[in-house]
Amino acid sequence: MDLLNWLTEPLQYGFLTRALIVTVAAAVVSAVLSCWLILMGWSLMGDAVSHAVLPGVALAYIVGIPFSIGAFVFGAGAVALIGVVRSTTKLKPDTVIGVVFTALFAAGLAIVSSTPSQIDLLHILFGNVLGVTDGELWQVLILGAVTLAVVLFKRRDLTLLAFDRTHAHVIGLNTKFLSALLLGLLALSVVVGLQAVGIILVVAMLITPGATAFLLTRSFDRMLVLAVGITVAASLAGIYASYYLDISTGAAVVLAQSLVFTVVYLVARPNGVLWQRLRVRRSRRRSPSAEAHVGDAPAGAVS
Amino acid sequence: MSTLSAAPPALRATNLTVSYNDVRALDGVGVIVETGSICGLVGVNGSGKSTLFKALMGLLVPAAGTVELYGRTSREARQRGLVAYVPQAEDVDWDFPVSVADVVAMGRYGLMGPSRRASAADRAAVDAALERVGLAGLRRRQIGELSGGQRKRAFVARSIAQDARLLLLDEPFAGVDRSSEATLTTLLQELRDEGRSVLMSTHDLAGVSQLCDSAVLLHNRVLARGRPSDVLTPSNLALAFGGALEIREP
Ligand SMILES: Nc1ncnc2c1ncn2[C@@H]1O[C@H](COP(=O)(O)OP(=O)(O)O)[C@@H](O)[C@H]1O
Ligand SMILES: [Mg+2]
Repeated sequence: MDLLNWLTEPLQYGFLTRALIVTVAAAVVSAVLSCWLILMGWSLMGDAVSHAVLPGVALAYIVGIPFSIGAFVFGAGAVALIGVVRSTTKLKPDTVIGVVFTALFAAGLAIVSSTPSQIDLLHILFGNVLGVTDGELWQVLILGAVTLAVVLFKRRDLTLLAFDRTHAHVIGLNTKFLSALLLGLLALSVVVGLQAVGIILVVAMLITPGATAFLLTRSFDRMLVLAVGITVAASLAGIYASYYLDISTGAAVVLAQSLVFTVVYLVARPNGVLWQRLRVRRSRRRSPSAEAHVGDAPAGAVS
Repeated sequence: MSTLSAAPPALRATNLTVSYNDVRALDGVGVIVETGSICGLVGVNGSGKSTLFKALMGLLVPAAGTVELYGRTSREARQRGLVAYVPQAEDVDWDFPVSVADVVAMGRYGLMGPSRRASAADRAAVDAALERVGLAGLRRRQIGELSGGQRKRAFVARSIAQDARLLLLDEPFAGVDRSSEATLTTLLQELRDEGRSVLMSTHDLAGVSQLCDSAVLLHNRVLARGRPSDVLTPSNLALAFGGALEIREP
């Protein structure tokens, strides 16, 4: 069997082609967002929003409206609720996030279990990308395009927000609006992504590509490009693995991303763990007393 | 310093009072920075220096007191790009993937369109600011790959690119070696001589008497203010620093 055959065989099936398009589109949107989320320290927020959309998706199926509407309403609602509880108590952010998203997730499970015949819980939780309809495909493509367009248009403000919120405030930018915008975009990309890999794993697509790219570069623009490249490659690898090895598509895609992360973590220069080990050993061999030189010493922090 | 009665000072804060829960960080603090002067804010850790900066920038709402920057509210002054802030080193994520030039360009964002796409004028301003602080050759470095003094200069370059009239610097000399300190001192003096105004917090007392036109001794309230030589007297310093003090002579 030649390679071309191997690559084109799955594409004879319309459902697999649709799965491929949805997965790659969702993965690209999530990967772009992930670059800002990991720099903001909002990974847990991504986890929270993805779980919190469950009641929205369930209600959307029951009422018969597009799932994205229900998911977005509950995703954005969860973010707002977290914001309100945070600003009116002295609880730590991760505590508030934990309380809110588990409550909404449980509410979603309760709704699903009370209407068992209508909704396939496993499909919502773990994705059903092989069963994507044309309507769902278009939802993903349109929402994904909108999200990408807004993110890329405001990308410099979002980077400033993540790097130096105080400066953004001091030059008169509306930092509350920018935070809300980024959270809204996060909710949108969860909506897009859960079609591909489901509620439980969508957060992986919102963290891992950005985290992998961060290990590879110290330039934000390159980080964006790398995150997208990594996620596209991992999505394709995941889809084919799912077809030929007969494993869950969502799991295969996320595993492929995790595999790339692991390889980068171990071998990427100059931060890879293996490289550091090797360097330390080499410098020890050269002069037994010398400490491994780890770049410029950071500026002394005198508080 | 000549004070034209008509022109308001660069900064006038009166009776600023700020509490965090039960901790009173600022108690009736008044500070004036005349236009074209450098004012040193001196106090031990926890004396409320950073809190004062936050109140001046409108990042927290004081329980009492007023802030006026060039006769305007803090908000108006910010929207006109009059104010720039150089954060203390602990408040910056030095691993963030931005270059020195990226950071300086952020000074121009208030002057750009909504997508912050740099015009030729913006790029020229960034180049000029980098040149001026002596970082043109390091513009592509990631911001954390600079020494302590270079990092400070990068943020001062951002204020220059912004063309801010009032610079607020929180601990600009912390973690900066002696030669970088001299460079930074000269830079701030030049900025002052162009008519810009500076409020900087520090615990480098020798630097204050050299560089500053006025000083405020802070210990959650104002212990003394005026000319550095009048403020930094041994008895005042004993009050502010509680005896544990060594004055570094240049
Ligand atoms: N976010 C905060 N929450 C509670 N207390 C704070 C906070 N920030 C500062 N403080 C307290 O306010 C006082 C002044 O702190 P700060 O303004 O940071 O002083 P300085 O900058 O002079 O070291 C200190 O007692 C500090 O512990
Ligand atoms: Mg401080």
